[in-house]
Amino acid sequence: MPVKVRIPVPLQRLTQGKEEVEGDGKTIIELINNLETKFPGIGERISESGKIRRFVNVYVNEEDIRFLKAEETQVKDGDEISIVPAIAGGLRKAFIASIAL
Amino acid sequence: MSFVRGLKCRECGREYPVDPIYVCEFCFGPLEVIYDYEGIRKTLTREKIQSRPQNLWRYRELLPIDGEPGSGLQSGFTPLIRADNLAGVLGLKELYIKDDTVAHPTLSFKDRVVAVALTKAKEFGFDTVACASTGNLAHAVSAQGAKAGFNRFIFIPASLEKSKIVASLVYEPNLIAVEGNYDEVNRLCSEVANKYRWAFVNINIRPFYSEGSKTHGYEIVEQLGWRAPDNVIVPCASGSLLTKIWKSFKEMKEIGLIGEMKTKAFAAQASGCCPIVTALKHKVDVIKPVKPDTIAKSLAIGNPADGFYALQVIKESGGFGEDVSDREIIDAIKLLAKTEGIFAETAGGVTLASAIRLIKAGYISKDSLTVICITGNGLKTQEALIGHTKEPSYIKPNMASFEEALKKIKT
Repeated sequence: MPVKVRIPVPLQRLTQGKEEVEGDGKTIIELINNLETKFPGIGERISESGKIRRFVNVYVNEEDIRFLKAEETQVKDGDEISIVPAIAGGLRKAFIASIAL
Repeated sequence: MSFVRGLKCRECGREYPVDPIYVCEFCFGPLEVIYDYEGIRKTLTREKIQSRPQNLWRYRELLPIDGEPGSGLQSGFTPLIRADNLAGVLGLKELYIKDDTVAHPTLSFKDRVVAVALTKAKEFGFDTVACASTGNLAHAVSAQGAKAGFNRFIFIPASLEKSKIVASLVYEPNLIAVEGNYDEVNRLCSEVANKYRWAFVNINIRPFYSEGSKTHGYEIVEQLGWRAPDNVIVPCASGSLLTKIWKSFKEMKEIGLIGEMKTKAFAAQASGCCPIVTALKHKVDVIKPVKPDTIAKSLAIGNPADGFYALQVIKESGGFGEDVSDREIIDAIKLLAKTEGIFAETAGGVTLASAIRLIKAGYISKDSLTVICITGNGLKTQEALIGHTKEPSYIKPNMASFEEALKKIKT
């Protein structure tokens, strides 16, 4: 079952510039692994050894997965997943500009 | 000569050159300055430090600047006061107050971080400095930025105490009062920092800025006669100060200026904003952000940037943390004032009140050497005490009226 995943600007280089992509999986970690097969390189930016990186926030329908079941949080058809670097504080565009300054 | 080797991601270890950057491009972790400690060890001695002027730049080899200091030339080296009166009340043998209520020029420890940040901003060639602030940082950037000749943009929550707003405005910065809490101000500033090429001291200059906090710790070690305390109690907002004080003790050991370091680090927070202490008490590594509601506005950061690292330090050091009510904060401010003659801001009340709880609970043993870090001046937050102090004795200008009043005072 495909779910929609919002990709932050710094990772859009890996999704051919797409802001939103579709992925498959029953849990968040399965979903991330699935994204890796479609967009090689994206997996290690978001997770390491099966854990979401500390400064990457993942939201399922606006809820931080750390307060759900973390990597094992279930996802289902129609859920909206957002990946947001913590430091960006909800930033969208130009995030990369500051770190390349 | 600089001993800085570069910047390094605290999470994945990737290294970067010295630039006004603060986030790892790969994993989004925060960047930290790395030093050549072997080189510092060879050149920096106790005697060399002691021969220098009494300001925070006496530890310059351990600070991330390349050239000469460009700001805060009189900042730092605040008193470390042996607090025997307070120790008596708390039943402790050896207690010290590290007193940044008298930091130069703006009466809080933020003068330390800003001294380093503005020196670095000059080295990077910025003409405008900026910050997101709960008040104390606004004062330090406004004042030191004026002296150093920068344009200044200061972003604060509009709900700040009136006295704190005036104490920024007097230096005539561009003061932007945002309708929202500190976390919202901070988020806005991240966006502003992306668009304008300004030195945001606590955003794109943060890796350098935060190193300034270490001087609070170096001074404690030097003023204790070159030894680290058994316990240090530190107020936590972002959690950065606690991690940097502990780092400063470790560095002192690393470069051979002290022999051993067994300091336990303790966090102090207000119950109305205690995400770090909550995680500690629940024994979890994840900091759950909160919406702050406390009189200790200078600590009201609901989503602490360095909260995770503060937790690690506390656990590694064998310390703990406590959170306290507004009532306890006020009582502790008054206790510090009437025992030691020091008027601390609300954050100081948080720190002392948390210390009292930690002592009562047995986390701090009575025969150990304890330092309480007091980081800001009470004249900045007088509103918090209105209605909580005694009234003056009102009299007429004659002896009879005075004698009458004296009877009441004596009884």
